[in-house]
Parts: sequence; structure tokens; C-alpha cells
Amino acid sequence: MESLRSIQHRCQQLLPEMGRGWSSSSAAPLAKSISGNQDSPAHKFSGKRRTVIARYGPYKDEYCTITKGYQGNRIRTTKYTLISFIPMNLFEQFHRAANLYFLFLVLLNWVPVVEAFQKEITMIPLVVVLSVIAFKDAMEDYNRYCFDKMINNKVTKVYSGKQQRYVEQQWKDICVGDFVLLSCNEMIPADMVLLHSSNPDGVCRIETSNLDGETNLKQKQVVKGVAWQGFEVSPEAFQRRIECESPNNDLNCFRGFLEHPNRTRVGLHNENLLLRSCTIRNTDSVVGIVVYAGHETKAMKNNSGPRYKRSKLERRVNVDVLWSLAMLLFMCFSAAIGHGMWLSDLKNAPFLIPDGTSPSLAGFYLFWTMIIVLQVLIPISLYVSIEIVKLGQIYFIQNDVDFYDERSTLGMQCRALNITEDLGQIQYVFSDKTGTLTENKMVFRRCSIAGVEYPHEDNGEPDSGVSDCSSTHFSTSRREVHVILITNNQEEIWYCSHQEKDVIPDPQLLLKLNQLSSAEPLLQDGAGDEPQEIPYIVDFFLAMTLCNTVVVSLPGLSQYPMSEFPQMAMKPLENMKLLFQRLSATRSISSRSESKVAAYSPSNFTQKLFSRAKESVPLSDMSQVETEEAEGLQVTAPKPELSEKGAQALATPQAGPCRLDAESEALVYAAESPDEAALVHAARAYQCTLWARNSDQVLVELPGLGRLAVHLLHVLPFDSFRKRMSVVVRHPLTGQVVVYTKGADSVIMDLTAPLTEGSKAAAKLKYIKEQTQRHLDEYGREGLRTLCVATKVMEETEYSMWLKNHMYAETSIENQEEKLLESANKLETNLTLLGATGIVDRLQEDVPETIEALQGAGMHVWVLTGDKQETAVNIACSCRLLRSSDKLLTINCESKEACEALLLQLSRIVAEAKDNDVGGPSGHTLIIDGRSLELALQGNLEKAFLDLAQHCRAVICCRSTPLQKSQVVQLVRDRLGVMTLAIGDGANDVSMIQVADVGVGISGQEGMQAVMSSDFAISRFKHLHKLLLVHGHWCYTRLANMTLYFFYKNVAYVNLLFWYQFYCGFSGSTMTNYWVLIFFNLLFTSAPPLLYGILDRDVSADILQHLPVLYQAGQLSQAYLPSTFWYTMLDALYQSLICFFVPYFAYSGSDISVFSFGTPINTSALFIILLHQVIQSHTLTRMHGMVLVGSALFYFVFILIFSATCTTCNSPANPLAVDIRHMKDPLFYCVTALTTALALLPRVLCISIKNSIHPTDLVKAAQLDKLDPEKRQRGIQRWRSTLTHGKSLATVTVADGDPRED
Amino acid sequence: MKTQETTSRPDNTAFTQQRLPAWQPVLSAGIVIPGFLFIGLAFIGIGIGLFITSQSIQVLERDYTGTGSSSACSNCVSSNISCFCQLNFSLSALFPGPVFFYYGLSNYYQNVRKYGVSRDDEQLWGDVSKSPCSTCGPYQYSQNMTIAPCGAIANSMFNDSFTLYQLVNMTKKTVPLDGKGIAWWTDYSIKFRNPTEVYGSLAAAFNGTVKPVNWAKPVYDLDPSNPANNGFLNQDFLVWMRTAALPDFWKLYRRINAGDYVSGLPAGNYTLEIQYNYPVADFGRKSVIFTNVAWMGARNSFLGIAYLVMGFLCVVMSMVMLIVYAKFNTPGEDS
Repeated sequence: MESLRSIQHRCQQLLPEMGRGWSSSSAAPLAKSISGNQDSPAHKFSGKRRTVIARYGPYKDEYCTITKGYQGNRIRTTKYTLISFIPMNLFEQFHRAANLYFLFLVLLNWVPVVEAFQKEITMIPLVVVLSVIAFKDAMEDYNRYCFDKMINNKVTKVYSGKQQRYVEQQWKDICVGDFVLLSCNEMIPADMVLLHSSNPDGVCRIETSNLDGETNLKQKQVVKGVAWQGFEVSPEAFQRRIECESPNNDLNCFRGFLEHPNRTRVGLHNENLLLRSCTIRNTDSVVGIVVYAGHETKAMKNNSGPRYKRSKLERRVNVDVLWSLAMLLFMCFSAAIGHGMWLSDLKNAPFLIPDGTSPSLAGFYLFWTMIIVLQVLIPISLYVSIEIVKLGQIYFIQNDVDFYDERSTLGMQCRALNITEDLGQIQYVFSDKTGTLTENKMVFRRCSIAGVEYPHEDNGEPDSGVSDCSSTHFSTSRREVHVILITNNQEEIWYCSHQEKDVIPDPQLLLKLNQLSSAEPLLQDGAGDEPQEIPYIVDFFLAMTLCNTVVVSLPGLSQYPMSEFPQMAMKPLENMKLLFQRLSATRSISSRSESKVAAYSPSNFTQKLFSRAKESVPLSDMSQVETEEAEGLQVTAPKPELSEKGAQALATPQAGPCRLDAESEALVYAAESPDEAALVHAARAYQCTLWARNSDQVLVELPGLGRLAVHLLHVLPFDSFRKRMSVVVRHPLTGQVVVYTKGADSVIMDLTAPLTEGSKAAAKLKYIKEQTQRHLDEYGREGLRTLCVATKVMEETEYSMWLKNHMYAETSIENQEEKLLESANKLETNLTLLGATGIVDRLQEDVPETIEALQGAGMHVWVLTGDKQETAVNIACSCRLLRSSDKLLTINCESKEACEALLLQLSRIVAEAKDNDVGGPSGHTLIIDGRSLELALQGNLEKAFLDLAQHCRAVICCRSTPLQKSQVVQLVRDRLGVMTLAIGDGANDVSMIQVADVGVGISGQEGMQAVMSSDFAISRFKHLHKLLLVHGHWCYTRLANMTLYFFYKNVAYVNLLFWYQFYCGFSGSTMTNYWVLIFFNLLFTSAPPLLYGILDRDVSADILQHLPVLYQAGQLSQAYLPSTFWYTMLDALYQSLICFFVPYFAYSGSDISVFSFGTPINTSALFIILLHQVIQSHTLTRMHGMVLVGSALFYFVFILIFSATCTTCNSPANPLAVDIRHMKDPLFYCVTALTTALALLPRVLCISIKNSIHPTDLVKAAQLDKLDPEKRQRGIQRWRSTLTHGKSLATVTVADGDPRED
Repeated sequence: MKTQETTSRPDNTAFTQQRLPAWQPVLSAGIVIPGFLFIGLAFIGIGIGLFITSQSIQVLERDYTGTGSSSACSNCVSSNISCFCQLNFSLSALFPGPVFFYYGLSNYYQNVRKYGVSRDDEQLWGDVSKSPCSTCGPYQYSQNMTIAPCGAIANSMFNDSFTLYQLVNMTKKTVPLDGKGIAWWTDYSIKFRNPTEVYGSLAAAFNGTVKPVNWAKPVYDLDPSNPANNGFLNQDFLVWMRTAALPDFWKLYRRINAGDYVSGLPAGNYTLEIQYNYPVADFGRKSVIFTNVAWMGARNSFLGIAYLVMGFLCVVMSMVMLIVYAKFNTPGEDS
């Protein structure tokens, strides 16, 4: 299965993304093609849609023409075939500028007048680079080929026309129009429309973890009206046509219709489509007809390859490569002029070969010769080396055991391969809140029903039961860190996965709910002013259990058998019914509809039911309760032992629920959002258990009422635009059509029925609304996530009218979404508020520490959340983004003018504070809501907003939309020109993650969309700490140092050749034989810098984590500034001068021959270059030693073997015996030693003087590193205290105003 | 479902967790002081050795280009035919042996790229029957026959010859010059080969080839006195073919190591008789050099001085560092 995934990855590289043209296409041609589709198959070429008919169906002859253009199910994700590999790979490789440069040099060397080396020799670097990359590509492609083969050869059951039955076929042989029979746990081979399911209700469930990583089950539905049982036996009789969209990559959208022979149409939706590479679960067998196959499936269209971003450092490097080019041109040019002048001065020299070229022409030729000779100056190998180094860095990041999350068993995942060093330069961090700072594991914490608050004190608090679990977690996670954290652990909140489901019911609410079972007091208060709380509570719990899309499964069983459940009619049920009828009557005052109670529920019917119930349910202790009159409108006196009874009911539940308790414990709820699951779990704690759900029924259990099958009429699923979801059900008690809606408080509050003044009921409703609002505000302040629950009773006529409208909207293909939205809006009006819920979302562990560290590292942390302001501020406080000394600046404005004025005013405040402040960080925190943000993001306010924001220590944007999030990131990135990092976990963070320089995804509860679009995926927010502060710092420093070293190395070496030109008449000859020249860069000095780039460690992880201030070196690009580059160049120049002229003076005027002169120079250059690295390295491990010594040994072995064996190779004068003679010559050693020492002296001197007089923070930290642990600890503490001391001074001066002003 | 890397816990090894034990050099005054001191003293020691050795080497150099009226061989500068001239010098003390006799050329670029490649190593390895390779051009063919040895280097071979006399009692006493052992052993035993002799005749082996255009004699006739020193193995030829790295160079001509001169050239007057053939006056100069060599080769005072300077520099730096260390090493850093 991993193979599938990786293939999907690569597949996208081959297939250009198809436009999603359906919705954008104009209506007219569509309408035409719909009307004409019966007549001819020609419409299939109209582009935006495809027709699918059964392969062996009645239209067999038509089948071929229709499906001609459709792809088969064979996939090929390889780039090359065996034959096309060499030409295509070469073609691809020559798209790189670097390789083109090599090629240019090779070709240049074939021009006789400029030929510098033997023609074949210049090809070596090119051939080496090309073959290394070709080998890598070939290996990757071969792996892909193997995966493809494995996937293509998978076997599934496909209907065969010949054999008239389902036979086993390989995946690759499946075509569009085939019928495929799948059994449980089988993978879906292609996108198919579900036509049959073994489940009697025509649903099946699939797991989409291969697609989006979500492990919950998704319910898929057989096409409506095609639920023929036994249909799968004869696909040949399948006369329907399917019209659907052309293949596209939208996983969540599938539109089309199925047309019966009699031209009636049934709409097709996403619920009808089984997606390739998902797995069938909980269903014995399904049959589907393939509509998209192979590369046209949504899964295959939906994968993008690894991302390519260019890092900041790389941009810097490119500039310096251009400088190198300028240097190269300058050197070649001066050599050309020198050659011309030298030639014109000579006459009758026997060493000149007369060829008739004028000095100036010879100079021109020489220019090109010199380009070949000095080619190494352009560090082409740098790009290859950088790629290799980044691979190595990624290996280490991914293998960091600290990033391993025990719970999710997920480690770190680097998805972008080339921006590791950007992690070390981040200046702004944009974080999502939910799921990023918090667990996104919701625990039901508080609720308010009918204006009464139930605080559920025990939920969501880490109690003693958690401690053992958390302590084990603590110890395992700490074992690797070797650190004693010097933070107060008060705010560390630990969390245990088993715990969040366990909701401890509020005793008061439980008591009230249990009155259901002891029904007699229920009807007592109907006539009084007292609120009829019980119906509200029951409705509230019904909404909680019904109004969701939670899929229920029982281990071992695909679904709880619904048919086994007879409706239990009990006395309390009857009472409830009455109660509800009465309630709906009161509610109807506000919702215009007059009471329909009498019409629907005739008393005699109830009476009959009731009496039967009385006989049939003698077992419950409720039977002792005195029966009431069916009409039961009059008040009965409350029994004195009521409370006792309630308590008893709590203590000893009835036989039924007790028996089922274990069973209900085993129920597994798979919800799309964690809030939903939290609500369902909470309801279950009150024994309002959701037992089963299918397309038209929900089985729920209410305390005292037993299990009820509720007819589900409609589900209007949640969308982020409406911010709510609704279900339409037939009420189990009253039989009325009831809408339950649950959604964001702001939305629901607006949708509640307008209040008519006067009546008591209205006053009551008003009271409830006010109370609920009050509670909601309170929840928000506590940092809870709030949801409102509302209901509405619909008249039958009203419902049927709406239904008609809705059916039309569902089946329409064009503008379907808008129509559905409109239809939903029609339904969700005039609601009656039932109550609100508050769900706690705990902070992830170590979030405050992480944020503190990020801020300590000089990063601006912004929180962008969709939550309300109070919640956001609360979370910001608890994660220490906001400190008590901070001054809060809030922007909530309605108009642009107001916004502008406010921005200016706040800027002034900040500026003043800054003036008074003695350079410390400003302690302001900006809070801005979505609407103001939108205003602030408009053209001319951007600048004012940014001016303000960049002077604030933290910024919190609440109520922001995904688009706004990305706009903010983009604004900051582009206008301030800073490095940005966005971190998030959900689909709403995707755009932000993509816009930022570095996108980090948290593989959390909300699927994999964020991870899929991110550059780095981590599992907890706290991992950001080490990722940035340690790995980011390392990666940046390593790469910057390595790049500088590369530049240095090339310049130092190439300049030696240049200096020689002054002594050979600028003729382009070299004092070294070509092999050594070529291999010097390619072999002798290539491995050490790679190791340096991968393994160097300037400061240990421990110290970097404890001293976030060290991160600022990377933010300021201190390791690689333009000045650093030029200093390095200067040093390279100096070293090359020494390296050339010391041997020159040592041998001048002697009988030294060409190569004898080159050897000491080369050898010293090798030593200088290797030792230079030793000086630059911050750590030297045994591996460094091995590679350095190995490189030097390799050089010597090579030149010795070469000088011993080469008799006629390498003209002009082959180096036979040259180096062997040198090895015996003491002068050689003297020269080499002097040259090496003299060349390295200034660097050693400068570094040591600088480190002594003015050490950088990093050097100080490195010195701390060398101390023993105890002293080091003390050193860290002292350093931190100096930092915080300065900071606290600063905050004191700022915090003289009101610390909080909301 | 997921790939192995992501589901399994990463290895907790020192390597993967980047905890390999490492030496962390942090250069600072405290550390480099002893290093500088040590290097400085060592370099001063070597420098003194080198300097003394270099001073002990004697060099006698005489220019004989002939330009300028007072100089020797001025009579030969403009003559086109072979010309003889004399160079006199006297030694006041013994010139200790073994004495090496060099000729020196200046502003002579043997290292020009096209000149340097103008040879055919395979031909010089004894294969004269094949056509010479293109780098030899334009000295590949003459009179439609292969030039052996081909190429510009061979063609421009230095062809002055010298005879040294000591004036003893107004009579010329020939100083024996040893022309063997002036080339590298590897050159005449491995790198260069004569073509296989035909009936014991080297001349026959070179049948079908002609001499280089500038040469007076064919290659198999270079040294009439010693038949073994002919053809491609002629040591004067080998010395010339080892191209010089720099434009001012010496090339070993003879060694003086026989007869009365084993211990060196005794004090007295000497006459060098020069057969002046090689024209350099247009661009450079030529000279003769008598020198003795030590373990470090010919005389070169640069290296000794450089070592001494470097050594002193290091010592001074270590002093400077000491001051820096005393001033800036904040005490109580790790109290």
C-alpha cells in the first residue's frame, strides 16, 4: 500500500493537472448535450463529461465507440522505458544550466584553436555528473516500475462477458464500464459508482487512509433507486447510462446522473463513488461499475510530487556564482590581453610555433582556452554537492528520535528536499491554533440547556488518574534529551488518549435526565411558569446524538443490527410524547405555526399505546410509578421522594442499560470532526447512546425510554460556509418532522426565530437566549470551543414543499452547490435555541515552552485562528504567548476609516512605549478580528497595519478565514521581506502553509491535507522547538559554511593556474597534469566538504535548545553575508598567492621541470584546502579524520601510481617518475610545509584573535559545550538569567499602563 | 500502510542522533599560543639549517649571450655560421666538488602551451615508423618524410657545446666533463627508447626519417664519441626534452667528477671554449653555471630566509596572543 502512495506521488509528475472545467462551463452546451444524449454518443466528445455504459450490457456495440478515449486501469508512473532512458534522461539533465555549462566547455575544447586539454579529459566531469544522476534516476525509475508492476498485477473479481460470471482479473485489465465485485477489506482498483452492497440498507463503508490519511470510515451509498437485490448476478441487463464529469482531481466532488432506460434520472454524488486505493470495510461485498480507470482516477490525479522551493541561501549562492563568473571572465580577459602583448614583444623565439595568427587573434583564442582551463572557478560541483548534503541533512532530521511521537507512531517527514537551511532563518512564525497549539482532541466540558448551566467540573481536567500514564510518557520522552528542564511544570498539561472519551456526567443534569425514567413529575409543571426543562434536555440530547455524521461500528460486527430492535413502548415514552406535544405548542408561538398536536396525535391512539406498554413492560421499576392520564395536562403534586429516586436511578440503572453497558462501551465512533465525537461520547455518558446509523434510520437509546429507531429524513452536512449542519428527522416521540441544527454560535443565534414580545413563552425564549449568550461568552473566555444547538418543528406541508425543492437541487448538475446551499438556508430558519456546548481542547504538551523558545529566538509568533476572540486570547494566555505584563492592543472595527484611525493611534502608543523603552522588546500584543483584518489588508492600510504589527511581540488574528490567513502570511513575507514559517494541521491552513517560505504540517486529527501541502510534517507542536532551533540552525550553518568553503576551494585552486600564466606567456598551459587537475576537485577534495556539510555541529543540540538566542545568528544570515563571501575570497586569493609563489621562489632559476614544479604546489594546495576545513570545522569526529586522511592518501596513492606507470600517456611531458623523485627530496617537504603553514597562518590568527577579543554568541556557546555537564548547566543558567534580566527590565518599563484592556 | 521509515521509531544511535564523540576545536588565544610558539621555533630551526646549507653552496655564473661589446662571444651574435668564442674565469680558491656544469637560458618559455605539447611520446618510445601525431605540427614532415624526433621541442634543441680548460703553466689542460648521468634514470631506461637496431646499426633503424630542420646532425649521430649515447637516448636530448617550468631556467650540461677534479675545481684560471650555435639574443640571454649541490639541491637562499621569517612571525604572534589572552580572557568564566 505504501507503493500505491508513492506511485500516486509520482503520477502527478507525468500527468498535467486537468482543469476542473465542469462548474465553469457555460450552461447552454451542457443543457443541449443532456437533452441529446439519448440519441447519439457524439456528446461524449463535448469535452467536459463522459458517458459510461456497461461493457457487457445491452449496448455492447456502442461500448467501443463510447469508451474509445478512456484510459484503461494499467498505470505507468515510470518516466522512461528501456529504450527511451538514455535520450530522455540526457534531455532532462541538459535542462540544468550547470550541465549545459559543462557541455559548453566540452564542445569548446573540441575547437582546435582553443583546445586546452586532451579532448577526452574535459568530458570526465560531465560524464561523471551525468552518470551519477542517470544512475540515481534509473534506480528511482526501476523502483517505480516494480511498484507499477505489483499494482497492475493485483487481482480482483471482474464480470466476464464470456463466462457470464465474476472471474479473477488483474487490475491492469479493468476497463471503464466493467463490473467489479469487491469483498471486505479489499482495495478498490478504480473509481466506481456503487451499485450494490451486501448491507441491506445499501451502504458500504470505506477507509480512505491511503488517500488522505484519515482513518475513520466513510459511508458510501448505493445509487438511489438502483437498489436491486440480486442485481449483481446479471450485469448484462444493465441498461442504464451514467453521465458524469470528465476525470478531475477533486476528491470531494463527483457529479453526474444515472439514466434509466425510461429516461428518468437519478443524481450521482460523491457518496456514490468508490475511490481507487481506498479499502472496503465493514461490508461483505459490493459491486460497482468502473467510471474512471488508471491515471484518470481521482486518486491518481490527486498527487503532487515533492515540492520545489528555492531557499534564501540558495538565492544568495546564485548571486555569488555570478560573481565567480565575473571573476572568471576578468581572469580570462586579462590573460588574453597579456598573451597578445607577450606575443607582440617576441621575435625569432625558437619556442614559438609559427602559425600566422596575429597576436590579437591569438589573444582572442586564448580567452576561450582560459575559460576551459579555469572552468573550476564556477563551482558546478557545488550544486551537486548541495543536493547531496541536503539529502544527508534530511536523513538526520527524519531520524531524530526526538521527533518520534509514541502515540501516533509517526516521526518527522521532510517533504521538501531543498529548503532545510531555511529552517534556520525563520523570522516570523504563523501558527494555527486548533490542533496545532492544542490537541484537537475535544472533551465535553460544559453545556447550557434552556438557559441553565451544567459545569461538568471533572471533565477535561488532568486528574490523578492521568498522572501515572503521563509520567511514563514523560520519562520516555525525556530519556533522550539529557536535560533537566528549568521551567516550572505547573502549566504542563498531559493528556492520555483513553481519557478524552470518558465524560463524567454532571450530577444535576443526570438527575434531571433520569426523571425521564421516573416520569411522574414530568407533567406537573406544564401549566406553571416554570420552564419545561425536560423536553429541552431530551431534545438537546437527541440533537447531540442525531445531528452528526458519526459512523458507528462494533468490533466484530460491521454494524449494529438495526432490525433486531423492536420499538419499546413504555410508559415514560408516552409521557414524553405528551410533554413534547405541549412543548411544540408553546414553541410554535414564536415559529408562527399553530399547534398541530391534536391533529397528529389523537389521544385515543396514545391511550392504546400506553395501556399496551403498561402490560408489556412490567420489568422496570418505573412501572410502580402511578400512571397519568393520557391527556395529562393537569399538575400533579411532586412526590417527596423524587430526588431520592433520581439518585437511585443514577446508582442502579435498569436492567436494560446495564446489560448493554459493556456493549455500548465497545461501540466505536468514527467522526469527521473531533467535536462531533466529543458530543456523541458526552451523550453516551448520559446513556443517550447512538447505537447505529444508516442512510434513513438512526438507532438511539434514551435513558428510561430504551432504544428508538429515528427516521432520518435528511442530512445537510457541515460546510465551512454555513458553519452548521442539520438533520431532519421524524421525532421518535411526537412523530413530527423536526430539524436539529448544530453550529457556530454566531450563526445559530442569528437563525433563531424572531421574538414576539408579550407572551410568557416568548419571554421565556428570550430569557433562554440571553442566558445562553451569557454562558457562551463565559465559555469563550475560558477558551472553550462553543457550539449552539437548535431545533425546529416543521409542518408536514412545509416539509413536503421544502423536500420537493431540495430534491430538485440535489439532482441538478449545474450550480448544484448553490442550489443546495439555498435549500439549506431555507430549512435552517426560525430555529428554537436549545442550548450550547463548551468543548475543551487542551493545549499540547510543551507548547508554552516552545513558544517561549521561539520568541526567545527572536521570532515573531502570530496566531491565526478561526476561533472567537475570547477563546483565542485565552489560549494565547495559557500558552504564554501573552504575558501578564503585556499590553493588549485590540482592533475591532467596522469601517475602513475607523480602522485607519485606530491603526494610527495604536502605532503612536507603540512608538511612545518604544521611545520610553531602553531598547528592550516591546511588550505589546495585537489582537485583530477577521473583519478588521479584511479592512487592514486592503491596499493603503497594509503599511500601517504592518508597521504596527512588526513592533508587537505577538499578533493574534481571530475569526480569520483560510484566505485571510494566507493573505497575512503573504503580506508579511513580501512586504517585510522576512522568512516566514506557517504551521497548521487542517485543511484551512493549507493555503497559508503553501504561501509561507516554510510550511509545516502537523499530522493530527484532521486528516492529511495540511501535511500533504507542507514542506515538513511533524506530529506535535513542540517538535518545532528542536526542528528550528537545533536542526534549522545546524542545517543553515552547515550549508552556509560548506558553500563558502566550496567557493573558497575553487578560487584558491584555480588562482594557482592563473598565477602560472604570468610565467608561461599567458599561453594557457598548466603546471599540473590534466588528470590531477580534473580529479583534484572531483575526487581528492570532494568528500570532506560533504561530510562537513552533513555532520558539522557548531553547538550541541542541548545548548541550542536551552539558549534560543543562538538562533538569531541564522536569522541575520551571519554565517553567510556578502562580506563573509568577500573575506573568504580575499583569504582564497592570499592562500593561492602563497601557494604559488613560495614554490616559485624556492625553485626559480633551477632546472625544475614543468610537472616537478606543479607537484609541490598541488600537494600544498591539497594540504591547505584540507587543513582549512579542519580550521573551519566545529566538530571533528572519527569520520572526519578518516575522510580527511583518506582524501590525502588517495591523492598521494594516485599521483604515485600515475607517476610510476604512465609512460606515454598525458602529453606534453608525462609525469613519469616526477612525484616519486619528489618524495625522496627533502626540499619538497620543506617547501610544502612552509607553504601550508604560511597560507593558513592569517586565518588561524584572525579567528583566534576574534574569538579571544570579541567572541560571538556561538563561540561562547561552543566553549560552554566543552565544559563538564554541571558547569555547563550553570553557564546556561547564568546566560539565560542575563537575558531575562534585560528583558524583564524592559517589560517593566512598558507595563506601566493597564496590562489588559479588552 | 505507511512506509517503514515513518512508522518505526528511528534508531537511537550516536550516529543518527548526531551525538558522535567529537573533538571541538575552538581557536582562541589560549590554545594557539603554544602552537605558534612550537611552530615558530621549529621553523627557525629548519630555517637556520636551510640558510647555512644554502650559503655553503657556491655558484659561478657567466653570461655569454654576447650582446654588449665588452661581453664574451660578442663576435658570434650576428654570425650565422657556427662560431667559436672563449670565456675566461679564475678561481681564487678550490671550488668544492662534485661540480655541476649547467647552461642557463632566460626569458625562454619552454612552457608555452603549444610548444610544450609539440612532441610525440610514442615516437620517442621507439616507434618511428608511425606518422607523428598532430601536436608535432608544423614539425611533422620534411621532404615528405617523417621527422624524427618530431615537434617544436626537439627542433629547438639547445646545441651550443662547451669545452673547459684549466690554464696550468700557460698550457690548456682539458677538464674532463661527464655527459652521462645528467638525465633522469627513468628517462633513458623507461620513457625513451630507440627503435630496434637493424643489423646492429642505429642509423638503419631510423631509415625513412629525416632530422629536424634546425639540426645539423641526425638524431642517431648526436654523440660521435659514444655510440650508446645516440638516438633518442642521447642525454643532452633527454635533458632538453624535460621542459622547464619557468622562463628562466638552467639545464644540466655536464658533471665534473673525474681525474684531478673529483674534489672540485682547484684555484686557478680557466678557459671555457664555446661553440656558439644557439641564437637567443633577440629575446633572452644565455649563460653557463658551475655550481656544487647540497641535499637541498642548488643554491637558494629564499627558502632559508622564508623559514626564518615565518618562524619569527609565529613567535611574535604567540607574544601578541599572550597579551590578548592576558587582557581578554575574562577570569571566572567557569568558576
